[in-house]
Amino acid sequence: MKNVNIKISTKNLNLYYGTKQALMDITLDIPEKQVTAFIGPSGCGKSTFLRTLNRMNDLIDGVKIDGSVYIDDINIYDKNIDVVQLRKRIGMVFQKSNPFPKSIFDNVAYGPRVNGISERSKLEEIVVESLKRAAIWDEVKDRLKSSALGLSGGQQQRLCIARCLAVNPDIILMDEPASALDPISTSKIEELISELKDNYTIVIVTHNMQQAARVSDFTAFFYIGELIEFDKTKTIFTNPSNKKTEEYITGRFG
Amino acid sequence: MEKEKPNSENSVKYIIHKPLAYGKKLYIGEFLAEKFIKLVAFISIAAIFAIFYYVFQEATYAFKSPEKINEYVQKSHLNSNQNTSSDNLKQESYNSNSDNSTSPSTNQEDLKQESYSSNVDQNLKQESYSPTTTEGELKQDTYSSEKDVPKQIVETKNKSKLKKIETSVETPIENLTESDKQAISQRAQILKTSLEETLGEKPITFKEMFSPNDYIDNKPDYVWQPVGNTPKFSFIPLFYGALKVTMIGLVIAAPLAILAAIFTVSFAPKWLKEIIKPAIEILAGFPSVVLGFFCLMTLATVIQEVFHTTYRLNSFVGGIGMALAVIPIIYTVTEDALTAIPRFMSEASLALGASRWQTAWRVLLPSAAPGVFAALILGFGRAFGETMIALMATGNAALVSNNIFESVRTMAATIGAEMAEVEFRGVHYGVLFLIGAILFMVTFSLNALAEFYVRKKLMKRIQGL
Repeated sequence: MKNVNIKISTKNLNLYYGTKQALMDITLDIPEKQVTAFIGPSGCGKSTFLRTLNRMNDLIDGVKIDGSVYIDDINIYDKNIDVVQLRKRIGMVFQKSNPFPKSIFDNVAYGPRVNGISERSKLEEIVVESLKRAAIWDEVKDRLKSSALGLSGGQQQRLCIARCLAVNPDIILMDEPASALDPISTSKIEELISELKDNYTIVIVTHNMQQAARVSDFTAFFYIGELIEFDKTKTIFTNPSNKKTEEYITGRFG
Repeated sequence: MEKEKPNSENSVKYIIHKPLAYGKKLYIGEFLAEKFIKLVAFISIAAIFAIFYYVFQEATYAFKSPEKINEYVQKSHLNSNQNTSSDNLKQESYNSNSDNSTSPSTNQEDLKQESYSSNVDQNLKQESYSPTTTEGELKQDTYSSEKDVPKQIVETKNKSKLKKIETSVETPIENLTESDKQAISQRAQILKTSLEETLGEKPITFKEMFSPNDYIDNKPDYVWQPVGNTPKFSFIPLFYGALKVTMIGLVIAAPLAILAAIFTVSFAPKWLKEIIKPAIEILAGFPSVVLGFFCLMTLATVIQEVFHTTYRLNSFVGGIGMALAVIPIIYTVTEDALTAIPRFMSEASLALGASRWQTAWRVLLPSAAPGVFAALILGFGRAFGETMIALMATGNAALVSNNIFESVRTMAATIGAEMAEVEFRGVHYGVLFLIGAILFMVTFSLNALAEFYVRKKLMKRIQGL
């Protein structure tokens, strides 16, 4: 951890749904241009934590957050932060693929368009580039005008990744991106993640520990709202320092 | 990752399955419930069709001569060869009637025999308008006071005209050959036409309804003048008026309602949403007569003061009234459509750095387009058929004008205003039902068009489906 820059760091982050505390005093540093995986049993708060990183939890009624999250040394929970500008720099891929009911082209062009790009040639360039980077260009290049809802689940998910790449983010948050996909689509997404990590800081939440072991450089283990252990993936999977982590990884609970 | 196996022996021991075998069991409760539901559905559908059938059937009277003319023509000509001399007396009773009007010597029985119209007694009673001396006629007078007086006056007027014609027509008595019958039917046709023209009860044709029927300043004009010596039934001013008021209403209501729906769905805090939504939905149940009264008394004055309009009641005032009635409908349906869009859709947009407004405008609204479209169609149907507001606030002058500050008369308001004055199953009566039928057909075809054509096209354009 010495030779990498820190992109995101949280300090004493607490999150409450109403009166119930969902995240407890989480302090974590996420390195730049690496893949960081969050693992843990259901309901442990890993998705919630992911969503605090681009302030998506603001949208949920009754959520209260204290503590701070620094991205490039700027506290994103500061009063003077423009959430819209923040989210433009942080892409997000959801568990369930959620393309808009628009054409494939319009889906990918949506981000650039809301960023104020309306020139057709520029849009086309961005769309083609993003689709290529998301490794879906060959499959959709002949049907850009047709509806995105006509794609298969795996294709839709890669389209969502393309859509998120189109706004040129620094960070990509992935919330169980492959949990609803078949093994072939999953492996495509995993390949994609390892290609993308050269340029982006990727944070991925996953239930699948093999996946975490395959794609990530660092792994954080969450349990009931607490960060139990955070280390290099290799260390976590071979020589965990915490007993809970070991039990979870070996499949004794969860 | 281990899954705990449910302990089947303990937890589900209360459900014991019989071995699988052939044979269906009749569940009587379910069977009856199913039959009952089917019956209710059938009855409600049948009731709707029965109403439509009745409306369309009554509308046919617009294209027929009124029954009393037909019956009179028939009685006085076609059946005459079968009449015995005593029956003849009935036929000839018009002569006795005319006697009656000149000399008051006829007795009651004589009058009762007269049968040129279905409501004999009533017509006879009208005779009491002639100077009365005998006791019997005094009695009739007391009868007539119970009846609808204006109608009697009109009918008495018609009747006297009838009598004039009657005196000029000779009734054949002798046995007739085929050629004579033909001659008679021709004569009957002539008599019918002349009666129709004299009484102003000429059936209308579709061509008449939609072509100019008057000339004002040497320009062809469309006139709705249902009462008079030559009634003019042009549907153009009514249709135009209804469309004008509806459009004004929708132009005002649609943006307000849709924006309000967007506000409640994606901008309003939860507590405000909980106030606004029920408040607007309660408005949907607001009696339209109250809205109409408000427009008539308050709004019309305000509009006149602000815009300095010539006419106090005009289509703009009516349009605002319509908007008030329609906003809750469009709002409710649009709001439901917007709420039904899955949360992840707006999350995806927001995560891409779209503002809330961009999300609402570019993602929520296009995704909810079918619902919004349905809302607009519903609103149109409501405004097009809205009677009370139109009746109270539009001024009810059947004008064809592009000025929104001139009075209009809508189709629904015409039915409302004239229904009490028409003669049962006369031409005017039929025409009013025809308006009802047209109202129905307009909304029906609009819905059909929306469903099968526009919606698909719209969806394709907006969502690329």
